[in-house]
Amino acid sequence: MATVPIEQAPPAGTLVVKRHSAVVRLAHWLNALAMVFLIGTGLNIFNAHPMLYWGEYGATADADRRWLSIAAAGRKGGPYGYVEIGSLRVETTGVLGLSTGANGQLQALGFPGWATFPSYRDLGTARNWHFFWAWVLILNGLLYLGHGLVSGHIRRDILPRLKELAPANVLHDIARHARLDFPKGEEARRYHVLQKLAYGGMVLVLVPLVIFTGLGMSPGMNAAWPWLLELFGGRASARSLHFVAMALIVGFIVVHLLMVLLAGPINGIRAMVTGKLRIARESLT
Amino acid sequence: MSLISRRRLFSAGGAAAGGLLLSGCDGLVRDEKLKRIIGSAEAATQRWQRLVGRDGLAQEFALSDLSPVFKANGTQNPREAEYQAHAARGFADWRLAITGLVTTPMSLSLADIRRLPARTQITRHDCVEGWSAIGQWTGPQLGLLLKAAGLKPDARYVVFRCADNYGGEVDKGGSQSTSIYYESVDLVDAFHPQTIVAHSMNGAPLGVPHGAPLRMRIERQLGYKHAKYLVGIDVVASLAGYGRGKGGYWEDRGYEWYAGI
Repeated sequence: MATVPIEQAPPAGTLVVKRHSAVVRLAHWLNALAMVFLIGTGLNIFNAHPMLYWGEYGATADADRRWLSIAAAGRKGGPYGYVEIGSLRVETTGVLGLSTGANGQLQALGFPGWATFPSYRDLGTARNWHFFWAWVLILNGLLYLGHGLVSGHIRRDILPRLKELAPANVLHDIARHARLDFPKGEEARRYHVLQKLAYGGMVLVLVPLVIFTGLGMSPGMNAAWPWLLELFGGRASARSLHFVAMALIVGFIVVHLLMVLLAGPINGIRAMVTGKLRIARESLT
Repeated sequence: MSLISRRRLFSAGGAAAGGLLLSGCDGLVRDEKLKRIIGSAEAATQRWQRLVGRDGLAQEFALSDLSPVFKANGTQNPREAEYQAHAARGFADWRLAITGLVTTPMSLSLADIRRLPARTQITRHDCVEGWSAIGQWTGPQLGLLLKAAGLKPDARYVVFRCADNYGGEVDKGGSQSTSIYYESVDLVDAFHPQTIVAHSMNGAPLGVPHGAPLRMRIERQLGYKHAKYLVGIDVVASLAGYGRGKGGYWEDRGYEWYAGI
């Protein structure tokens, strides 16, 4: 019966420790699902006007306020796609601005269909789904934060201690990461400083930022909470910061998945499902 | 046994995640049960926004904040012969009807409307597409007109009818055609002080691209709610009977009726 690796008795010499509480595990997976939909629908919504501006407002004619645009243009030899940031223009044919659609034809589109939900341009549907998953993200975030504050999870596991933030310690940790030398034994019982900064940056900075900049784009919320746009410097700025926060979240996810793969995906994913992490006993002191 | 099912659950979850990444998930959009669940977010958003900001005012700006170019979107010049004839006469014979569940139905000329006490507001217009622009709008408050007409007790919504066959299909007959642009709000937004029937923009009579001679301003909602080329205001108990019954041209095509976000 016990032939399924996931519940197999740990080999001799390993210690099984309680790693993640049930609330943290539930919040993690719900968050992961919500993020997949929020990013996919968000890119679809972005494609309806693939330009970003700073300030109170911004539309096609406001070139002086625009800092990013993803578009397609024509020239001899056919159309090409590009990303323009300030005065810098980078050709991105095939991916951004101009990509191959489901019908095999080249189409002018900000982000390509494989990155968006739905995979075709549908602003109405993308918005329906975006706001549904935004509610999930917010309620899930409140559950996580409430539990994390009461249980001490955030103070104990997420917030770095002052001495951990000492440059020498941070540099040491970076160097160990670069050598793919991951913590073992007693050390592996808690997060090291880079993990704390990454997870804390995600749950305490980026997710709140992406939620509040999202609300900052809502004309209804602007009327209810005028401080939202005072904080972000206008509606066009809130939209830009929403996009930047999304990009940083995507960056976090990429690094996070890479680190899970490098540090031992089975043990890591099992710990986030069952709550229990295995640690090699011989290196315990 | 529970172990096996857990593994099955795992592989099912993995397959689902893989499917999502491959955009095999477009089918989800067509699932009617899912559509209802996803659609429930709109009511939650509306209730939340009414809870925290039922009487909130949209931010108002200074003249120096006006967008140099206010983007015109949607229909920019209705092709219908009747509208073109009105435009040629400078909208001298344009009339706005206020009908439905009112005690005193009215038909107002443009001159009548321009004589009414007006509100001038400089606000930001947020298009559902993502761009925004700041403009100055002048016109009587909708609440003023509705009070003059007198609402009957079963009034729940205010429908805005437009001289704009946006869908371009052959007119099937008045407001029943799904091709005619229309919009609607509930009484909270209808009586909001910044909800006005605008006859002027940036200090001049409303131009054709922006909805001449009359357009709605519903400042706490997205641009598609701000119906242009306004010919009628109907006070109703239900949105059935207009277009496909969802309360607006874009709502009939999958957009939220409550466009506060």
